[in-house]
Amino acid sequence: MTKTFLKLTAASLALCAGLSAANAETLRWARAGDSLTLDPHAQNEGPTHALAHQMYEPLLQRDMEAKIIPALATSWEPTEDPNVWEFKLREGVKFHGGQDFTADDVVFSLKRAMMPTSAMKELLASVKDVRKVDDLTVQIETTGPNPLLPNNLTNLFIMDADWTLENGCEAPQDIANGGDNPCVRSVNGTGAFVLDSRKQDSKTVLKQNENYWGKGEFPMEVTEIIYTPIQEGATRVAALLSGEVDLIQDVPVQDLARVGETDGLKLNTAPQNRTIFFGMNLGADDLTSDTVDGKNPLADKRVREAMNIAINRDAIKKVVMREQSAPTGVIMPPFVNGWTEALDAYPEYDVAKAKALMEEAGYGDGFGLTLNCPNDRYINDEAICQAAVGMLGQIGIKVNLDAKPKAQHFPLITNRETDFYMLGWGVPTFDSEYIFNFLVHTTDDKYGSWNGTGFSNADIDAKIKSLASETDAEVRNATIGEIWDTAKAETLYLPIHNQVLNWGMKDNVDFPVQPEDQPHFKFLTFKK
Amino acid sequence: MAVGFISFAMFKFMGDPVENMLGQEATLADKAELEERLGLNDPIIVQYFRFLERALSGDFGVSYRAGLPVGELILDRLPATLELALLSGVIAISLGFVLGVYTAIRRDGIAAHFIMTASLVGVSLPTFLIGVFLIWLFAVNLGWLPAFGRGETRSLFGVDLAILTWNGFKSMILPAVTLGLYQMTLIMRLVRSEMLEVLRTDYIRFARARGLSQKTVNFGHAMKNTLVPVITVTGLQFGSIVAFAIITESVFQWPGVGLLFINAVSFVDIPVMSAYLLLVAVIFVTINLIVDLLYFTIDPRLSVSKN
Repeated sequence: MTKTFLKLTAASLALCAGLSAANAETLRWARAGDSLTLDPHAQNEGPTHALAHQMYEPLLQRDMEAKIIPALATSWEPTEDPNVWEFKLREGVKFHGGQDFTADDVVFSLKRAMMPTSAMKELLASVKDVRKVDDLTVQIETTGPNPLLPNNLTNLFIMDADWTLENGCEAPQDIANGGDNPCVRSVNGTGAFVLDSRKQDSKTVLKQNENYWGKGEFPMEVTEIIYTPIQEGATRVAALLSGEVDLIQDVPVQDLARVGETDGLKLNTAPQNRTIFFGMNLGADDLTSDTVDGKNPLADKRVREAMNIAINRDAIKKVVMREQSAPTGVIMPPFVNGWTEALDAYPEYDVAKAKALMEEAGYGDGFGLTLNCPNDRYINDEAICQAAVGMLGQIGIKVNLDAKPKAQHFPLITNRETDFYMLGWGVPTFDSEYIFNFLVHTTDDKYGSWNGTGFSNADIDAKIKSLASETDAEVRNATIGEIWDTAKAETLYLPIHNQVLNWGMKDNVDFPVQPEDQPHFKFLTFKK
Repeated sequence: MAVGFISFAMFKFMGDPVENMLGQEATLADKAELEERLGLNDPIIVQYFRFLERALSGDFGVSYRAGLPVGELILDRLPATLELALLSGVIAISLGFVLGVYTAIRRDGIAAHFIMTASLVGVSLPTFLIGVFLIWLFAVNLGWLPAFGRGETRSLFGVDLAILTWNGFKSMILPAVTLGLYQMTLIMRLVRSEMLEVLRTDYIRFARARGLSQKTVNFGHAMKNTLVPVITVTGLQFGSIVAFAIITESVFQWPGVGLLFINAVSFVDIPVMSAYLLLVAVIFVTINLIVDLLYFTIDPRLSVSKN
């Protein structure tokens, strides 16, 4: 009697356990910022894309290692005409609302993303036309050969044409005209999760898409996501420590040890796709913020070199970043095409040599200069600047630090109102061309919008332009190498380090850090 | 009007919203075009009157950050802030009053001395620290209360309130205490000193001499006469509870108008900022009006008809 009872109990317990394992696996996720809008083409911003990626899908996407994998397109290749790419679309995909996914939706969505009110239009600047070949084939024609077109499509989400038109949001929202439309509040995508409810800055609930095409292909162990932005770093960590959330992004540097050492929690780390560096106005005849009259000390290559070796990157890593950074000698993270170990090597910290260079350049007594720095954008940004002020002081450059919120800092760079500034740069296309276009090319109306250095070299500009249409990978990579060599020889920028990403999570969550800081929850698994 | 104009003049120095709205890939031409469309190139006066004209017809524009109408955003968030402010106001007033009266009556007791000393902490510690400390104690170490958010809400006449659910009420305790602590200590100290003042007056002595019970004297005569100045300060403080909820709301991720405002500031979301500042001005004016009216009910001497 007792035995049967025990057996029965054991059996029922096992049954319960089995049931709960098959039951809902809820993941509670927190990060510092909330998505800005549900309209997938209205903002080009990390947290906004991160939420959109759960519900909408692009033609191809980056996986958790940032490798490109098929999403709504199954294959893609250039056609005989080098200006045209052809994409084969996935069959049998349905939107959350039950509509079939076809080539019409792709054509509609990409054209929508190219409209004037879209925030994504720059990524499609080279696209001339998007056309349907048949229901499951789409061709994209560019103004010239564009070998990198697929890299630009990983955040371009596909909406259902009929649904979008029915809701009257054929164009991305026009904030200037007070436009408001249902696409900002609701979602009809093809993604692994369906929007259940959302309150901005408070809570967003997503449920697994029962009809997702990728079931069986991805783990899909999460059945429900509860996403709560928590702005304050201390509160975010407290929520993880108290067990109110399962996964947090943006772990504050000072709390890393605490999260790592707590029982039941762990920390996953990976280098981020973002380099932090200083830019110098070397193009102007005279600087406004310096103490030297009539000439520009930064125009002298020896001064820039001196500054480069006067910055002790290892000390910044150790003291300011608490070991959470990877010092570098080039303004590009390691996974970007064009990166080499030689470029990444950074010069040895050498005050004596730097002083000698300053002497040689005629600035032995040093000079004064203002450094503009953001204080709410990068990890410990202001502290890095403070450290640099001290280090440059050692070679006689009296730096006056001006730290401001990002909304005031970045216009200084784009309006060319700063002589010495901090900037961080991520490379969404994972190719050097992106960096050159914005940071190295001479400023004109299409290129060099973030090149605050005033650097201008016709030869380099021609090389940068040639990258866009060079289809021979070997030739292209050689050109990339040449451009980097020039940039490095000129000490065009003062690279500091690549940021490191940290995600804190419960022990039973198995989830690597994605270099773009984009979690794709269909890949997440739980440890049994 | 004045508030609106001054804040408009200040937005100019807060940075460039276009930078945030377009992202790093934008070309200079894109920026110039958007600035033109948003009317940011117009003189401040023109921008201000455009805002005023629209605001008078109830249209506050669309948030640059969220892309939703500002009026809707604020109405959506306002209940969260108001219920938090009300609860913390209730905590501050009731506790402040009780403790104030207690410390006045037993001013030489050990407990009273302890309370007075502890109240110094409440006055001097910044809200941010108190909030983080409370989270550390009650959410992380004891695990009694949630560290952030608003919990579940229930709808009452179409307004979502957290206080109506147990889970939501639990979420409110920490932020409400954090927000109310300063006001509580302030009210407590005010009540105490007013009360001491009144207790010294002649009519209290006469009341005692008439052989009235201690209770009647303290609560019937003394306390009632301390009310007028206390109500003035409390009323003004309620306004600042709403206005200063910004810090508490961002520490606890409480989705109210304060959090909306702080996000708007970092994004240079001009429509939201201007509407919020207007709202705060309206709240202050309304509260002052209510306080003035309350005087008459509390203190009959102020009534006009008596003259």
